[in-house]
Amino acid sequence: MATQHSKSAARLMIAPAVFVLLVWMLIPLCMTLYFSFADYRPLRATFDAWIGFDNYVSFLTSSSFIGSLITTLQMVGGILLITIVGGVLMALLLDQPIFGQGVVRILVIAPFFVMPTVSALVWKNMFFNVDNGLFSYLYKFFGAQPYDFLSQAPLFSIIVIVAWQWLPFATLILLTAVQSLDSEQLEAAEMDGAPALSRFRFIILPHLSRAITVVILIQTIFLLSIFAEIFVTTNGAFGTRTLTYLVYQRVLESQNVGLGSAGGIIAVILANIVAIFLMRIVGKNLDN
Amino acid sequence: MSRAITTRKKVMWTALAWAFGLLMFFPILWTFLTSFKTEATAIADPPVWFFFDWTTENYNVVQERSNYPKALTNSIIIAVGSTLLGILIAVPAAWAMAFVPGRRTKDVLLWMLSTKMLPAVGVLYPLVLLAKWLGVMDSRILLIVVLMLINLPIIVWMLYTYFREIPGEILEAARMDGANLRSEIIYVLTPMALPGIASTILLNIILAWNEAFWTILLTTVDAAPLTKFIASFSAPEGLFYAKLSAASMLAVAPILVMGWFSQKQLVRGLTFGAVK
Repeated sequence: MATQHSKSAARLMIAPAVFVLLVWMLIPLCMTLYFSFADYRPLRATFDAWIGFDNYVSFLTSSSFIGSLITTLQMVGGILLITIVGGVLMALLLDQPIFGQGVVRILVIAPFFVMPTVSALVWKNMFFNVDNGLFSYLYKFFGAQPYDFLSQAPLFSIIVIVAWQWLPFATLILLTAVQSLDSEQLEAAEMDGAPALSRFRFIILPHLSRAITVVILIQTIFLLSIFAEIFVTTNGAFGTRTLTYLVYQRVLESQNVGLGSAGGIIAVILANIVAIFLMRIVGKNLDN
Repeated sequence: MSRAITTRKKVMWTALAWAFGLLMFFPILWTFLTSFKTEATAIADPPVWFFFDWTTENYNVVQERSNYPKALTNSIIIAVGSTLLGILIAVPAAWAMAFVPGRRTKDVLLWMLSTKMLPAVGVLYPLVLLAKWLGVMDSRILLIVVLMLINLPIIVWMLYTYFREIPGEILEAARMDGANLRSEIIYVLTPMALPGIASTILLNIILAWNEAFWTILLTTVDAAPLTKFIASFSAPEGLFYAKLSAASMLAVAPILVMGWFSQKQLVRGLTFGAVK
């Protein structure tokens, strides 16, 4: 059907997109790779183009790297836990026959569209603030001592903020998956007297497993790059310095470009490990 | 009898769902309410809910005092500009991949997506360096290009899935009738593809509007959009809850409305077809 003419035309049409993405991928990434083997500290006017793997060694063996890795795992893990468990429950809830379903959906989804800096600042000031935050009033109302969330439990606070933003995403995707469930199968199980919990365990959960995997992978990729929420709340202090934030600090704040670039390459490698799994699922779906 | 039980169940589920819905929405509602309070009312103990003297004072203050109008203009130009530029590059590519698929189409598509997964921080310094070298640091054009590039894979992907839903027979029929490639695109494809293109534009304006890594780190004053403008509130000066709320509502409201219209596209645009 496709002639030779239309094939070459097609190639021409794809070319600009491929070209700009190739440039975007290759040039900065090669520069980072190049810097990662250099001793490059612009503020001290130091530039030594080749110092071997020194940056990698000092980055990987520094206590701040181990710390940032643990923080990253805790943050991403905590957010995933909240959003997946909450998302499944919320999706099942929204799938029930309810009055005003459309409106509830809109209410639930809304946080996803709130700008990260806005949600971080609103939570930080109007909810977590120890003097005037809403949670402090709640604590006082129940006769408890107000709790200073952002200095006592900074990591947890950021997890709450980001989980609030991503729960809608998980809910929406899992809802799509729930709605594609064969309802006859569920009804048959109900007729046979299967209790709600085993219906969930043996029919709903297996059906959702793929959607859950996809949500985990996509969220992980986005969550590895959390930046603004940390930037405006703790600025990386009090054990909230993730790998992304550590690299940002090394590169832009302390201007140790060589060291930071080594960290950047490590971040790229870690993200790619997750990406490979996601691409495999996407690729499989593309075939049919 | 069974009907009564169903209604009761429905009421129960409704109450539960609304409770959770309102819980999720509450921070936005609270920000909305606070934006109409005076600064003193905003931190009143106990908190004041609905019954206070509603004032639009904060909105006036935010709009007059700071660089809000500039930030708003920047946000609009950057979000719309990067999206349209992306569409311009992506439409031909997605069209070709959907209608003239070759052996490598799938690989190209997957490769494009993989670029989306590159952590921004991995290319932070080179980008700052290149921007300075080209003299475009803190300029709108820089952000338009960068945000176009980070969203291009999503734009191509969404358009591709929409285009693939257009039946190929229609194109064949047009070809039979003697339509060449150009008129095929203009008269046959475009009208059918418009809804898909529109939703792609909508979702990507939202994504670009809320992008908060490059917009914060590549701007200082001139090109700073709303994300950066709001971040400047992180250093509080006296009583500022009501003003923060007003500024937040101004930054969020238009996108919230757009977002509600694009719920369905969200699934398509951000899962890359992995969930159907």
